[in-house]
Amino acid sequence: MMKKHTISILVENKFGVLSRVSGLFSGRGYNIESISVGETLDKNISVMTIVTHGDDIIVEQITKQLNKLIDVIKVQDLYETDHVEREMVLIKVSPKIEQKSEVLRLTEIFRGKVVDSSQKTYTIEITGDEKKIDAFLELMKPMGVKEFICSGKIAIAREKK
Amino acid sequence: MKISGSEIVLECLKKEGVKHIFGYPGGVVLHLFDHIYKDKDIQLILTRHEQGATHMADAYSRSTGEVGVALVTSGPGATNTVTGLATAAMDSIPMVVFSGQVPTMLIGNDAFQEADIVGITRPCTKYNYLVKDVQELAYTIKEAFHIARSGRPGPVLIDLPRDITAAMTEFVWPAEINLRSYNPTFEGNRWMIEKAAQMIIKAKRPVIIAGGGIISSGASDELRELAELSGVPVTTTLMGIGGFPSTHYLNLGMPGMHGTYYANMAIQSADLLVAVGMRFDDRVTGKVDAFAPNAEIIHIDIDPTSIRKNVDVDVPIVGDCKRVITVLNSVIRGEVSNQWEEIRRAWMRQIDEWKRLRPLSYNYSPDVIKPQYVVEKLYEITAGEAIITTEVGQNQMWAAQFFKYDKPRTFLSSGGLGTMGYGFPAAIGAQVANPDKLVIDIAGDGSIQMNIQELATAVIYKLPVKVAILNNRYLGMVRQWQELFYGERYSHSNLDVVPDFVKVAEAYGAVGLRAEKPSEVEPVIREALKVNRPVFMDFVVDWKEKVYPMVPAGAPIDQMLFDKEAEKDDKKLKLVK
Repeated sequence: MMKKHTISILVENKFGVLSRVSGLFSGRGYNIESISVGETLDKNISVMTIVTHGDDIIVEQITKQLNKLIDVIKVQDLYETDHVEREMVLIKVSPKIEQKSEVLRLTEIFRGKVVDSSQKTYTIEITGDEKKIDAFLELMKPMGVKEFICSGKIAIAREKK
Repeated sequence: MKISGSEIVLECLKKEGVKHIFGYPGGVVLHLFDHIYKDKDIQLILTRHEQGATHMADAYSRSTGEVGVALVTSGPGATNTVTGLATAAMDSIPMVVFSGQVPTMLIGNDAFQEADIVGITRPCTKYNYLVKDVQELAYTIKEAFHIARSGRPGPVLIDLPRDITAAMTEFVWPAEINLRSYNPTFEGNRWMIEKAAQMIIKAKRPVIIAGGGIISSGASDELRELAELSGVPVTTTLMGIGGFPSTHYLNLGMPGMHGTYYANMAIQSADLLVAVGMRFDDRVTGKVDAFAPNAEIIHIDIDPTSIRKNVDVDVPIVGDCKRVITVLNSVIRGEVSNQWEEIRRAWMRQIDEWKRLRPLSYNYSPDVIKPQYVVEKLYEITAGEAIITTEVGQNQMWAAQFFKYDKPRTFLSSGGLGTMGYGFPAAIGAQVANPDKLVIDIAGDGSIQMNIQELATAVIYKLPVKVAILNNRYLGMVRQWQELFYGERYSHSNLDVVPDFVKVAEAYGAVGLRAEKPSEVEPVIREALKVNRPVFMDFVVDWKEKVYPMVPAGAPIDQMLFDKEAEKDDKKLKLVK
């Protein structure tokens, strides 16, 4: 059965590592839904968060193949680990005059922020997990969404209690 | 004292014990070649094509276990190594290729003879480097050799910009390599090994499938002990040939598409498969869902990604074949009972029955040379004392079926990638590494033409390689598929104009011999072995001959096609009936 997996990968912070990782996915026919890369506290190490999907055998191969890459230090499939995940979106809407207050109200309910406004548009920043973002987007649809941009997902395992 | 990047490269190679480099010069590596010119300890073998250089380095490695080294220039020189790198990567062969690169400041400018070779070779190397600072050069080279030869071995490429080869720095040979992100597992899990041992002991119809990992980890003796200790028959994949003696009573030959009847039947009837150092390639498994339907599977491999990639396994053991089998043997040795022979008797009787029913056979003709006959004669006359390289296609399969290999590193063939044009440069590389051994390339008329220019290399360096061309004027394996599966429409498999190989040999200053009748085969081979020079033996063979048994692509491996005519006339078969 195909399931969505969020995989967190610690890699050496060297040039070409991203292409080794993305090349592995494309070369073996695996799918990348989203990817985000950033430095860690140790400047020599980067963390990549990749969202992919596949059945158990495919995901097992993905994690093994990632581990096999020389520059990969650690691979963690967060699927069975309790974890927090976040993505951020920026949405530019152009509501009708009578919708403007509703846009602002919804933004507040979702704990978003208006980061830019013009005579005709608001640009709203929202962070959260996928469900929250989808829900917000659904509510914004009637408000005249002009542009929408989404970051890759980032995720971190919860500390065991 | 400061020395140049070029000198550092040579110093590092000496530290790694390198004696030969296969290479080809060009603009950006001239500084390095200038230092090779002055160097007394390292010999550069000048090839006639960079692809040839990589296959030579590859076979140098396959025949000795050492890391093969090639050196080429930037751009086209570098891109010409791609096939050689991919060949080595698919077969897990340790090799280090140095490619020149345009000066650091020009990289990315589409400079003359610039190619992003690190980008191009990323998927066909185990690892690769672009050296941007001469101070990192020595460490990079040491790391490259370490990565190439450890774990599951593979090719590594080091891209050297021209300015790096000239830049000066202190030479510091690093004491050790410490890679936090690369730690191959060598020791198998003890609990799993004990479980495997119990399964082997209890199995009624066990089979060992041994692959190239036996050879790269040097585990032939251990494998033999395992087989004899527990009375388990062994089938060796194309890459595993030589890892278990062909003439051993427990050897079943090769499994899979052109495997023996008895190896395939044994796998399909087995209740236990012990897969060691192999990766369940589709040419071995056939239809994967129908592969070894009754067997539990123990899979021993150093590469965790090989396990559960194509076939589900019951006992996975990640580790070095030699170490794992050594432990396995010690466990089994403690458990051996006297009823061993008794337990295996029925199974071995069944296997003997299959061997009697359908041995490897072909239809001998007194009028036209059968390619299998040539291979058999080569074996007979050399008594198996030779390193055999092959090209790809029918010649490769016949070389695997009709020659016998009792020692590892004596059968060198492009298994995974299936590279036509591999065998001839491979023979040259193996001859450089083994000057006292007889090296024979079993070739086809198609494949030999893919790297025929290397005959100049063989002649100039006085490398007496022998090439047995099974000349059927066709791309034989393609023709075979077209005959069997494409309604005998021979689309572009007829080579029509094949050069006169005798004249080609002579034009290069080598010896050319030809046999057109079966009676001429033996004299030609004897003559070729007598001369201490490179020889092309042109065997004009029956163009209709096909490789059997054959499992059609996608079929289960017990659904084999056989040569009906050969069976009709085979004396051995008549004896059974």
